[in-house]
Amino acid sequence: MNLVERIDQAPLLLQRWAVGFFPAFLQPWVAMLISAAAIIGVFASLFALSTLAERKGLGRIQNRPGPNRVGPFGMLQPLADGIKMLIKEDIVPLRADKVLHFLAPIALIVPSLLVYSVLPIGRNLVAMQCQLGVLLFFAIGASTELSIFMAGWGSHNKYSILGSIRAIAQMISYELPMVLAAITVILVTSSLDTVKIVEAQAGGFWAWHVCTPWGAIALLTFFICALAESNRAPFDLPEAESELIAGHLTEYSGFKYALFFMAEYLGMMAISGMAITLFLGGWQAPLPMLDFIPSWLWFFGKLAGFVVLFIWIRGTLPRLRADQLMNLAWKFLLPIALLNIGLAGLWVKSSAWIAWPVSILLLVPAVIGLGRLLRGSRPRGGKRIYQYAD
Amino acid sequence: MIPGVTIEEKTDPLQGQILEVSMGPHHPSTHGVFRMDVKLDGERIVSLKPVFGYLHRNHEKIAEDVSYLGSIPYTDRLDYLCSLTNNWAYCLAVEKLTGFEVPERAEYIRVIVGELTRLVNHTCLMGFFVQDLGAMGTPLMYAFREREKILDLFEGLTGARMMCNYMRFGGVRCDLPSGWIDEVKKVVAAYPRFLDEFESLLTQNEILIARSQGVGVLSKELAINAGITGPCLRACGVGHDLRKVDAYSIYSRFDFRVPIGAHGDCYDRFMIRLLEMRESLKILDQAIAALPAGPIMDPKAKSRGVRPKAGEAYGRIEAPKGELGFYLISEGGPSPYRYRVRPPSLINLTVLEDMCLGGTVADAIAILGSIDIVLGEVDR
Amino acid sequence: MLGTGILKGLKETARNVIGSFRDKERLPTVMYPEEKVKTKENFRTFPFLVFDGNDAMLGLRCVSCRICEKECPPQCIFIIQERDENNKAVKHPRVFDIDFSVCMQCGICAEVCPFDAIKMDNIYELAGDDRFTGLLVDKHRLAKSNHYYHQIKPTEADEVDSRLAEDRRKAEEAAKAKAAAAAAKAAPPSSTAT
Repeated sequence: MNLVERIDQAPLLLQRWAVGFFPAFLQPWVAMLISAAAIIGVFASLFALSTLAERKGLGRIQNRPGPNRVGPFGMLQPLADGIKMLIKEDIVPLRADKVLHFLAPIALIVPSLLVYSVLPIGRNLVAMQCQLGVLLFFAIGASTELSIFMAGWGSHNKYSILGSIRAIAQMISYELPMVLAAITVILVTSSLDTVKIVEAQAGGFWAWHVCTPWGAIALLTFFICALAESNRAPFDLPEAESELIAGHLTEYSGFKYALFFMAEYLGMMAISGMAITLFLGGWQAPLPMLDFIPSWLWFFGKLAGFVVLFIWIRGTLPRLRADQLMNLAWKFLLPIALLNIGLAGLWVKSSAWIAWPVSILLLVPAVIGLGRLLRGSRPRGGKRIYQYAD
Repeated sequence: MIPGVTIEEKTDPLQGQILEVSMGPHHPSTHGVFRMDVKLDGERIVSLKPVFGYLHRNHEKIAEDVSYLGSIPYTDRLDYLCSLTNNWAYCLAVEKLTGFEVPERAEYIRVIVGELTRLVNHTCLMGFFVQDLGAMGTPLMYAFREREKILDLFEGLTGARMMCNYMRFGGVRCDLPSGWIDEVKKVVAAYPRFLDEFESLLTQNEILIARSQGVGVLSKELAINAGITGPCLRACGVGHDLRKVDAYSIYSRFDFRVPIGAHGDCYDRFMIRLLEMRESLKILDQAIAALPAGPIMDPKAKSRGVRPKAGEAYGRIEAPKGELGFYLISEGGPSPYRYRVRPPSLINLTVLEDMCLGGTVADAIAILGSIDIVLGEVDR
Repeated sequence: MLGTGILKGLKETARNVIGSFRDKERLPTVMYPEEKVKTKENFRTFPFLVFDGNDAMLGLRCVSCRICEKECPPQCIFIIQERDENNKAVKHPRVFDIDFSVCMQCGICAEVCPFDAIKMDNIYELAGDDRFTGLLVDKHRLAKSNHYYHQIKPTEADEVDSRLAEDRRKAEEAAKAKAAAAAAKAAPPSSTAT
C-alpha cells in the first residue's frame, strides 16, 4: 500500500493493529469495542467543536466576535461549558417519576450514538455493514422520540407534558417526508445497504444523487426535515423560551441537560451524515483526480458544510408557529415527497433525456401550487402597497 | 396542583378545561416587567388580562415636590428609550404655562434631536419585534449597531447616551459642539443603506410574513374609540399624526408624508414604522440644511425658580410611540399642583385583549411586540 | 416563489459574516478592559468640585451658597457651611457630601451653580462593594483641580476661565473706578488746605 492509501485506511489499519494483541476468540469483540470507542470519541469531540463553531458563527452573523476569552479564539470554551455542566446541582422535582426522569437522557443518547454505526465514514470505514443499514438508521432514530415523551411525562409538570406532546407531534410529522425522500434513493439503487449506496455514486459529482431532478428535491426535503427532527431553528418551538410554555427540558439541570444538548447536536450530525451518504456521494471525492485526499476527510468536510448550513439558517430565520409547522409538513412536504417517488421511478425506467424535462414539468407547478395553498389568501410575496395620508 | 395556575371546568365535561396561565412578569422577551393572565382553551386565547405596575416609581407624585426644572431628568426616565421627546413634551407644556418663546435655532435643534430619537425608537422596535418572533437575535444586533451611532451623537451633544436631560423651558440646554452637525450628516447619509439591508433581510421573509400578516388585527373604529395613537393607529388606516394635526414647533415648514396602513395587523405596524423612519430621514435632511445661527434660549426665560402663574396647560407631541401629553396645573408655586402624564404605551395596551382573542400564545407575544410598549411609560 | 425571501435573508447574513472580517463597522465590539471606548468631551457622569491653584481646600471655588443642594432633584448633596470662631458664616463648605448611589447624573447642580464651582466629571469605573464608604464621597474626594478640568473638558474649561477672567477684570475696574472716585472726593479738601 502506498502512502495515500495508508492514510486513507489509517483508522482501519490502527484497529487491526490493536486487535492483533488479543487472542482469536476475543478479537471480534475487541474490534467492536474499538469501533464504538472511536465513534464516541470522534463524534463527541465534533459535538464540542460544533458548539464552539455555532457560538462563533452566530456571533459573526450578529456582528460580534463570539467567545474569545477562554483559550486562543475561545477554543477552550466547550471545555469550560462542560465543566460548568458537570458541577451544577442536579435537581429532580419532588413528585417526578424518578425512574423515567433518570432514564430519559440515557434513552436519548444511546440511540443517537447507535445510528452512527451504519454510516460509512470512509472507504471500508463503516462500523457495521449490514444489508439493512438505512432501515436501521431510521428505526433507531425514531426511537429518540420516545425519550422526549419520557422527559415530559417524568417531570410531572403540566407545561412539560404539553411541550413534549408538541415536540413529538412535530417530530412524527417530519419523519414521514424524510423517510419518503430516502425511499427515492433506495428505489434507484435497489439496496438498503449504506456502503452499496455510496458505491453506486462513484465517478464524480455528476453521478451523485443530488444531480438528478428527484435527488435535488429529495435532498431539500430531507434537509428541511432534518432541521425539524433536531429541533433547530426555524423549527425550534419545543425549545423556545419566549413562547412561555415550558418545554420538555424545563426540569433538567446539570449533566442531564448537557446530555439532551449533546443528543441534539449528535442527531444533527447523524442526519447530515445520512444525507451525505444518500445524496452527496458519501466519502467520494467530487472529481476523480482529487482522490489522493483521504476519503474520511471528504466525509468530514461535507459534514462541516452541513453544520455550517444549519448554523447559518439558525442565525437568519425567525421561528415558525406550531400550526404553520404542521401545515408545512403535511400539506407541502408530504405531497412533494410522494410526487418525487414517482419521478424517481421514471428516472429508473427511462433515460435522462426524457426524465429531466418531465420532472421539471411536473415539479414546478406542484411546488408553486402547493406553495400558493400554504399561503392562503395572502398576496404573493406578502407584498403590500402603503398609502400616504395627505 | 401547580401553584399559581387555576383550572376552571367548563360546563360540558367533554369540552375539556380552560387553562389559566400567567405569562410574566419575568419575560425572556424584551419587554420589561409586564404580566399577562391568559385563559387558554386548547391553544386559543379566550381571555387576556394585562397586569402592570411592577415599575411604578411615583413619578407624578415626585413632580409635585421637585421644582419644574428638577422634573426634567425624571421625564427622561419615563420612556427611557426616547428621553429627548419626553423632555420636549414636558417643556412644551411648561412653555404654554409660562409663555416663553423658543428661538429659531433651538426649534431646529429640537426637531433634529426629536427625529433622531424617532429613528432610535423605531430601530429598537425592528430589532425587538423580530427577536420576539424567534430570530435568535440577528436583526436585534443589526438594529443596535445602528442605534449605537445615534447614541454616540447624543453623547456628544448632551453628555449622556440615554438620559439626555437636554431641553429647557424656552430653548435647549447647550449649543451644538463644533463638528457635531457634520457627524449627524454622516449618520443620516448612511442610514438608508441600513434600512435597505433590513428590508432585504426581513420584509420578504416568508416566515415573518406568515407570523405577522393577519395577526392581531385592529379595526379602525375600535382604534379611534379606544384612543390609540401613533403608528398603531396609522396602521389601521387613520391618517392622524400630531406633527401634521397640531403642527407644533416648526413642523409645518418641513415636507414629509405620513404613511398609513390598510390592514391593521402586526405586519402593517412593523412596516409603517419602517416607512416612518424614511420620512424622518427626509425631515432630518431638511432641518440640517436650514439650521440657522442664533441664540438657543429665550432671553427672558429662566430655568431655575420658574413660577408660572396659576393656570393649566396640556402639551402634547407625536412621540415615537404615540401621543405623549403632559397636563400641568399650576398654582403659582415652584412645583406644579398636579402633574399628569398621558402615556401612549398604556393607552395602546388597552386594546391588547381585543387583538389577541382567538390567537395562540405565540401570536400574543408577536402582538405585544408590535404595539411597542416601554414599561417605564406604562407604569411611570 | 416560495423561498425567495428566505434566500435573500441568507444572502444578507452571509454578507455580514464576511464583512465582519474585513470591515470595522461590521464588528463594532470593543474588547473591554483591554480596549476602551473614547468618551466624547461632553460626557457627564458624577459631579466634582473645582479648585484653583495647588491647595484643594484653600482654592475651592465653592462658597457654600447651597443652591445646588436645593435644586438637586433626588437631593443627594449635603452641605454644611463653615463658621469661624465667632460663629460667623465663612464662604467655604465645612461638609460637602454627595451620595453617588443616589445621584442621577443629570448635571443640574453644575448648571445652576453661579460660581462655576461644581462641574460634571467623566469617571465611570467606580464600582465597589461598599455603599457607605465607597459611594458616599466627601469634599476631599470631590475636589479636583482646574488643571484636571482643562484636561477632561478643554472647551468648557476654556469658556469658564475666560468668563471668570472677564468677571474679575470687570470687578477690578469697578473697584479701581470706585477707589479713584473716593480719592477724588477726598483729594480736593486736602489740596485747598495747603
